[in-house]
Amino acid sequence: MTALALETVTKSFPSVEGRVEVLRGVSLDIARGSAHALTGESGSGKSTLLHIAAGLEQADSGRVLVGQSDLTTLDEAGRAALRRGHVGLIFQQFNLIPSLSVAANLGFQARLAGKHDADFIIHLAQRLGVADLLSRYPEQLSGGQQQRVAIGRCLAARPALVLADEPTGNLDEETGDRVLDLMLELTAETGAALLLVTHSSRLAARCEARHHLRAGRMEGTE
Amino acid sequence: MTRAALAALLSHWARNKLQLAMLLAGLALATALWSGVQALNAEARSAYATAEALLSEGATARLDHPSGQIAQESFGALRRAGWLVSPVLEARVTLGDARVTLIGIEPLTAPPGAGPALAAEDLAAFFSGRGFAHPQTLREIRDVPREIRPSEAVPVGTVLVDIGQAQAILQSDHLTSLTLAQTQPEGLRPLETLVPELRLLSPGEGAELAGLTDSFHLNLTAFGLLAFAVGLFIVHSAVGLAFEQRRAMFRTLRALGLPLRTLTACLATELLLMALVAGAAGLVLGYALAALLMPDVALTLRGLYGAPVPGALQFNPLWALAGLGMALGGTALAGAQALWRLWHLPPLAPAQPRAWAHASARGMRVQSALAGALALLAIILAVYGTGLLAGFLLLAATLLAAALAVPLVLTTVLRLAERAARGPLAEWFWADSRQNLPRLSLALMALMLALAANIGVGTMVASFRATFIDWLDLRLVAEVNVIPRSQDEARALEAFLAPRADAVLPMLRVEAQLSGQPAQIYAMKDHATFRDNWPLIDPVPQVWDRLAAAEGVLVNEQLYRRSGLRAGDELDLPQIGPMPVLGAYPDYGNPLAQAVITLPRFSEIWPEAPIRQLAIRTEDAPTLIAALQDEFGLSAAQITDQAQAKEISLAIFERTFVITRALNLLTLSVAALALFAALVTLAGMRLAQLAPLWALGLTPRQLAGLELTRALVMGGLTMLLALPVGLVLAQVLLAVINVQAFGWRLPLQVFPGDWARLGLWAALAVLAAASLPALRLWRQGPAQLLRVFAHER
Ligand SMILES: Nc1ncnc2c1ncn2[C@@H]1O[C@H](COP(=O)(O)OP(=O)(O)OP(=O)(O)O)[C@@H](O)[C@H]1O
Ligand SMILES: [Mg+2]
Repeated sequence: MTALALETVTKSFPSVEGRVEVLRGVSLDIARGSAHALTGESGSGKSTLLHIAAGLEQADSGRVLVGQSDLTTLDEAGRAALRRGHVGLIFQQFNLIPSLSVAANLGFQARLAGKHDADFIIHLAQRLGVADLLSRYPEQLSGGQQQRVAIGRCLAARPALVLADEPTGNLDEETGDRVLDLMLELTAETGAALLLVTHSSRLAARCEARHHLRAGRMEGTE
Repeated sequence: MTRAALAALLSHWARNKLQLAMLLAGLALATALWSGVQALNAEARSAYATAEALLSEGATARLDHPSGQIAQESFGALRRAGWLVSPVLEARVTLGDARVTLIGIEPLTAPPGAGPALAAEDLAAFFSGRGFAHPQTLREIRDVPREIRPSEAVPVGTVLVDIGQAQAILQSDHLTSLTLAQTQPEGLRPLETLVPELRLLSPGEGAELAGLTDSFHLNLTAFGLLAFAVGLFIVHSAVGLAFEQRRAMFRTLRALGLPLRTLTACLATELLLMALVAGAAGLVLGYALAALLMPDVALTLRGLYGAPVPGALQFNPLWALAGLGMALGGTALAGAQALWRLWHLPPLAPAQPRAWAHASARGMRVQSALAGALALLAIILAVYGTGLLAGFLLLAATLLAAALAVPLVLTTVLRLAERAARGPLAEWFWADSRQNLPRLSLALMALMLALAANIGVGTMVASFRATFIDWLDLRLVAEVNVIPRSQDEARALEAFLAPRADAVLPMLRVEAQLSGQPAQIYAMKDHATFRDNWPLIDPVPQVWDRLAAAEGVLVNEQLYRRSGLRAGDELDLPQIGPMPVLGAYPDYGNPLAQAVITLPRFSEIWPEAPIRQLAIRTEDAPTLIAALQDEFGLSAAQITDQAQAKEISLAIFERTFVITRALNLLTLSVAALALFAALVTLAGMRLAQLAPLWALGLTPRQLAGLELTRALVMGGLTMLLALPVGLVLAQVLLAVINVQAFGWRLPLQVFPGDWARLGLWAALAVLAAASLPALRLWRQGPAQLLRVFAHER
């Protein structure tokens, strides 16, 4: 079953030199429970693609399917509702809500989506090694700890699709590896599909499939 | 390097024009309110000085008579004995279209002063009828029946003429006072034996205008200071936020090798530039404001104290310099903390304001300690303080303590709400409100101050108004009042009215000193008009009977409170001696002390005191008025009916508070602006806090709605806090300041309708302040929020 499908998606941005074509007909298909990596040089449109998949940005043309829903036919409220219920997002930073404690952050999305499961959250927190940090606030955590909490928060809502944009970009190699390991393990455990944007071919190699973007087109999928 | 750095720092403002506008507007408004009030005060003071300089009353001793009239013979006796005295005649007359004070002098013998100097320009013309008046008075008179020249040396509302001319106009040969030359020949017969009926006034005595109006100006100044303080809150908050926003830039600049010293100097220069620009704008605004309010202030001062203040404003460069200095000083004060922080910032301090809530936790403790100390000071002042200054200190301490307590109380409330909240969004809402409180707290403090001032002053005015109207109804019971032109006319009127009216109550008074204060002693005819209507404070039993039997006096509340009298205490009356005080009566709007004794006793002691007015009780006022006009040819200005009298009194009353209301409204606007500035600035910084929620599936519209709700909740809580503070303020104003400044104490009355209206205004102001950032978030939300992630700032 498909978790995310993009069909000839295009996207351009206005700029001083005219419109910049960022995505020129990109297609992609990710099945439930599988992990895909997306690579490409800086400025190739990886983040843009991810934002479109999450409904944070709208495609100019083409179709974007998350589960059964076509994002291009939904309005802002519809896309927000879809994110709330089915999509988990992890960025390089600014994932956590600064005014809430780690515990509140972990449960936040699950409660928004109405899928709160306290045991599961404790299980996740233990697996992610943040169980001792529950009463702290985001600003009192290291970058790696913050990313682990973000992963926990995302997975606690049991999304069908996890979109991660360089989630370990700010971390050292060793920590990054550990965080990624956890993410792969846990998405597999919850049966979520994963699209991971990364610069590192070493990390990409650990996913089941790899896509490479160049000049706004999929250059190859393996 | 410095120029490049300065350019980089200033580029922030180019990208945040609205924020810059707010900062400048806040400073400009603060300067405007402060300097506007100062301009009003300065103008009034210079008018008092003019009045005083006309006959140099501050430097010459004078003689007068308790009845206000000196017979020509007394003057002659003094002259023959060799005393160097100069006659003065002063009276209210109608000239052309205006009621003016006519002052007649004898320029050749008068002690040097502005008046005699004017006359000396062309003595012949002066003797043959030329007069002088302020240009404004000339305009008011319009049709000048004689030659009157304009001169700024003459106070407004006064016409200066030769004494002979004045006597001719008044058809009287009396004088009102005699000025004594500073040096007198040796070996003269002493005044006490020569003219025992006259009273010697030492220099400056009797010229108490400045003293009487002091409290009025003090009130204005206090208001100006409050407005300025509210303005400073804005500047402080705007400068602080601007520094915080630019932390990343500071870090980069320092990483690039810019010395801390240079950076600090650059920022200080930036502040200086702003202070100069905003200060200049504020001066222009303040001048305009003062010019706008001047006519009302002038009318108030004339109505309340008879102070001759022109209704137009003159520009004074000294005032402008002082205003600019205030703007600079205020900016320095507001920016000092930010600069100090910068100085102590490690070069690689995180650009994102980490641990804001935690860093401010310590600040919060210091703040609460300060608030507690100020509250304690306020309590001590309330219990032990005496005098007007202590009253104002009490006000300041109360307001400051309350303002400092605002963040503390709000944090506690928000924490409780957070605990009680159910559901993730509600929890986030309260937690986030609490976390952002430090950035908003200055604006909220300003809002609280403005609201409390509004409630306090509003309650005072409304309480006063309610009491005053009741009192007027009781006081102005006589249906018709007539001002006789002469004593012959007064006697003729009495005879004419005796069979036609229910009662004729003459008004007689003499000037005196009571308990060392300038005062007037009035005669009161024993009549039901007074017995049934006059409200009394602490009367003795059978007070009216005892008054009628000349067993004591009634005093006005001003004298009663200022001299700390109680019923039964003895009051020393000139030429009568001590008499027991039988009670006090409210006498709002009168700056002088007053005592009342029964008419027969008064006439025994001062048989020559003129009847100044006749109050007439009648069932048929219109017929009586018509009869009086037919029989005596009385002019409309001489007859007032009850309704008219009430209208005049109320008009004066309303005027008194026009200024207060205007300043109140302006202060509230300034506070709303402060909130707007803080919210606009905060909106940009909050994107990174809101973006995760958007990613988690909230729409920008929901987020905008929550932001608006948050602002309203904070505003509402602030209003709730302002209520008790405002009531305390009102109580201090009514029970301390008013008693000290005016001598009357009023009961506090609450007007919940007014609060509801103010609450509505506050809500509107908060909505207006919050709607632009919220609208922006809603409309441009996705694009802006995305930038947080896309550029991974
Ligand atoms: N809102 C926008 N307006 C204009 N241009 C944009 C906007 N967002 C992205 N772009 C442009 O689109 C292109 C792709 O940007 P994108 O962020 O998707 O790249 P990326 O592959 O994620 O790069 P990186 O690896 O550096 O994160 C870039 O050239 C960028 O400048
Ligand atoms: Mg990217």
